[in-house]
Amino acid sequence: MEITLNGVNVQVEDNWSILDAAKFYGVNIPTLCYHEGLSPYGACRLCVVEIGKGDRTKLVASCLHPVKEGLNIRTHSERVIKARKMLVELLVARCPQSKILQDIAASMGIQKVRFKPKNDDCILCGLCIRMCEEQMDAKAIGFVSRGVKKRITTPFDIKSDKCRTCGACIWICPACQLRCQGPEADTVLCSSCLNFSPSCLDLYEDAMCYMDPCVACLEDKKIKKENEKKLKSRRKNK
Amino acid sequence: MEKQGELEPKDVRLLNAIIKKYDGKKEFLICILQDIQNVFEYLPRKALIHVSEKLDIPLIQVYGVATFFKAFSLVPRGGHTCTVCLGTACHVRGAEKVLDKVKRSLDIDVGETTKDMQFSLKTVNCLGACALGPMMVVDDDYHGHMAQNKVDEVLKKYSSTF
Amino acid sequence: MKKVRNLQDLETLRKSILQEKYSEKPCIIISEKSTCCYLSGSKEVVEGFKDGLKNFDLENQIDIKSTGCLGFCEIEPIVILEPKGIVYQKVKKEDILEIITETILNDIIIDRLLYVDPVKGKKCKTEENMPFYKKQRRFVLGNNRFIDPLVIDDYIAINGYKALATVLEKINPEKVINVIKQSGLRGRGGGGFPTGRKWEYARKAEGDPKYVICNADEGDPGAYMDRSLLEGNPHSVIEGMIIGAYAIGSHEGYVYVRNEYPLAVKHLENAIKQAEEYGFLGKNIMGSGFEFNIEISRGGGAFVCGESTALMASLEGKPGEPRAKYVHTVEKGLWNKPTNLNNVETWANVPLIINRGADWYSKIGTSSSKGTKIFSLVGKINNTGLVEVPMGIKLREIIYDIGGGIPDGKKFKAVQTGGPSGGCIPESLIDLPVDYEKLSEAGSMMGSGGMIVMDEDTCMVDVAKYFVNFLREESCGKCVPCREGLERMGEILTDITEGKATNQDLELLEDLGGVIKDTALCALGGTASNPVLSTIQYFKEEYKDHIEHKKCPAGVCKALITFTIDENKCTGCGMCIKQCPQDAISGEKKKPHKIDQDKCIKCGACYNTCKFNAIKRK
Repeated sequence: MEITLNGVNVQVEDNWSILDAAKFYGVNIPTLCYHEGLSPYGACRLCVVEIGKGDRTKLVASCLHPVKEGLNIRTHSERVIKARKMLVELLVARCPQSKILQDIAASMGIQKVRFKPKNDDCILCGLCIRMCEEQMDAKAIGFVSRGVKKRITTPFDIKSDKCRTCGACIWICPACQLRCQGPEADTVLCSSCLNFSPSCLDLYEDAMCYMDPCVACLEDKKIKKENEKKLKSRRKNK
Repeated sequence: MEKQGELEPKDVRLLNAIIKKYDGKKEFLICILQDIQNVFEYLPRKALIHVSEKLDIPLIQVYGVATFFKAFSLVPRGGHTCTVCLGTACHVRGAEKVLDKVKRSLDIDVGETTKDMQFSLKTVNCLGACALGPMMVVDDDYHGHMAQNKVDEVLKKYSSTF
Repeated sequence: MKKVRNLQDLETLRKSILQEKYSEKPCIIISEKSTCCYLSGSKEVVEGFKDGLKNFDLENQIDIKSTGCLGFCEIEPIVILEPKGIVYQKVKKEDILEIITETILNDIIIDRLLYVDPVKGKKCKTEENMPFYKKQRRFVLGNNRFIDPLVIDDYIAINGYKALATVLEKINPEKVINVIKQSGLRGRGGGGFPTGRKWEYARKAEGDPKYVICNADEGDPGAYMDRSLLEGNPHSVIEGMIIGAYAIGSHEGYVYVRNEYPLAVKHLENAIKQAEEYGFLGKNIMGSGFEFNIEISRGGGAFVCGESTALMASLEGKPGEPRAKYVHTVEKGLWNKPTNLNNVETWANVPLIINRGADWYSKIGTSSSKGTKIFSLVGKINNTGLVEVPMGIKLREIIYDIGGGIPDGKKFKAVQTGGPSGGCIPESLIDLPVDYEKLSEAGSMMGSGGMIVMDEDTCMVDVAKYFVNFLREESCGKCVPCREGLERMGEILTDITEGKATNQDLELLEDLGGVIKDTALCALGGTASNPVLSTIQYFKEEYKDHIEHKKCPAGVCKALITFTIDENKCTGCGMCIKQCPQDAISGEKKKPHKIDQDKCIKCGACYNTCKFNAIKRK
């Protein structure tokens, strides 16, 4: 079937999710609780994309949402980027010591975390649970309690006789990697490989850096000035 | 039944009777756990393991359900359960102040039990008796139109030592 | 009990019930079989009348009917004397003798037991006189008056199960769906999805078996409409479910009742048993060959299980975690099979529509919202109770004409609809018609029907904090925006109520609220920001007062208020000293007292006690 991905009409398989389609066409959507070998969970919400047209758009988790004939998808719209940034801020505030989170924060150009750090070990992505259940067929660990008290453990917090100590849960955990010791590793945000905000969001409605190489930042001054004028008048008419 | 000890044969028969009442169907897991809690006053560890085997539900899932829902307690609770309703209608009529007074009088926080095991304190988010708010339930008795200055006299009815 | 074989049989049965039980005998109606009526002492009133009538040798001449909720909860226990329809309010055991000797035996009205309309000060003798009932259209809840919920014959006497018999005998499933579609019935649980369309999808969905579920996990705090329907008229819900199951092609149904409603479960169990005895449930219902059974399952104390996918997870023996609805539950629901879930009130509307017709039903309400809606009118309102009104009625009419306005002469501030998923509607919008779209446009939503009235003494920041804290407790914790986002919103709101926040915090709160709304996995998270965003929209000044001036104008936020004693007004009576739990007040008899601010915990006990207005709250 045919869908529209970031303005381009592409052909996709019937049983794909939006994330499958994006990966196939080389569009990079950040994920956290998704892993190719495990069932999708849709909990981290980092992979959200904007679907629909005009006033009736909404954000959906691309790892779970199936492709549909004629679906219009924008993977890096203003609304999506704003959402992803806030979500990463929340995650880093919960678990600042995770390298993967710090890397994602840096790649998005997040410059501050406006929440008090919690220094938790776990981001509750559930990868370990699905690994244990689906790949290792053990079902030794799972979610317990709900809300902020939710955590991952064995029944009654004691050694489970179903656990074969295979270590698969540790292997797959994204938080089990200490953050790199960048120059300012004592603060909540690692900040060592800081990217600056893409300038394209100042000019366009979609971020261009999913294209490789990103064109907007390489534009010469004359074209930039013309585009700035165009944008000003476009914003006035909105 | 001993705390977290092995199940005695009569306990096993009781559990099986409860499970049979619901035909051992997974849809009634919560009902089964509620019936078990009504009898034992909490959910003993061995009872959960027994249910997991009989209903063919992974233990971690049964444990997940037992910890997810507020109705269940995995530790024995105090003699009288005192529940204060914090629904919106009660809140607007001052339920927080009633809760604060109960906390002060019993010297415990929500989810805790008094040292002498006389009272445990819970909150609930709307009992559906909004016209009588603020509401407080002690065991199965509903007390409506509660106010800070009525808390002690209600609690006194349940414990001579209070 | 003989099983009812067809429509004709049912009519014969109905006629014989009417002859036997419902002759012209006078009747005393008392709402006893409802949780809060029970708690206000109606059981003693029923017992009292039973004894009283016996003492006067009247027990064979006058019936006592013990019903479910009559809706006017503020004046419980209610006693209605038929056939004249005289309504007595707040009746106590001590009043019974007088009622029998004066009113029943001598037709003399007892003035002090009559309801007084707070707006005009007039005494009201019957329901027709009472402004509370004038603007209501009690098509669904009104039947509670005629039914003892434990007696199925009462329901049959008022044409109960006639809709079912008609459908099974004369209307094929597709036509039933068309009738419901034409009526314009929309889900009463909060979503407002067109019911007929949902049934159509369920019928067309592939898969077997198909399930029908009644969502009775009424979790919105302040809402108890479903409880009163289930306790007072369980058969209306059952009949609706059977008709729906027939239309969809389902043979198994569940009613998922929240844990906190034991009486509703009891009445439902009894009703199901009686319906089975008459052949309205089970195999070969009324000789049609259609089979349908209903089981009752209970919740475990989780608000999130009101969400349909969480409810179904809970029915599958799993924790109540919702899943994304990219594939709808009508296609893949319970056990991955087609499942049609509807709210209690939605089901109760079905027999009404079949009996009176889709045309009649669609004439009530607005162009987009048809029929009536039951609201629980609670909070700072004179006439607390359950009101059933036609869609399109204005909020002003509900609050002032039906509700009797705000007690103690206080000023109306806002009305909260839609529970924790809704928003607060301010005075400027009080002429808003009640309708799904209009409420959404105003930043709130219809929700399940909770309508909480707030006055000048309610702090809107505190209300926002209350709802966020409620949702924090109830969140399943699966997705990041809801779990982490709600906690952080709670932190910011707490800072605001403690005078520790800045304007940047307010901005952050709005941004965070927007992201949670956009990215949450289920409707709990998706609507969680509504109370916050709507109060910021309409009450920004109040937020600024807390942030910039460190003041709480309504006098609620403890950290921002101080209680002091006005020496000029204090008579030194010592009442406040007695009430103070912290011994923070000192002073000699007949001399002005003083509050020690270091010890004061701002509980307000002294403020509530002082009869001389000597205690100031700033």
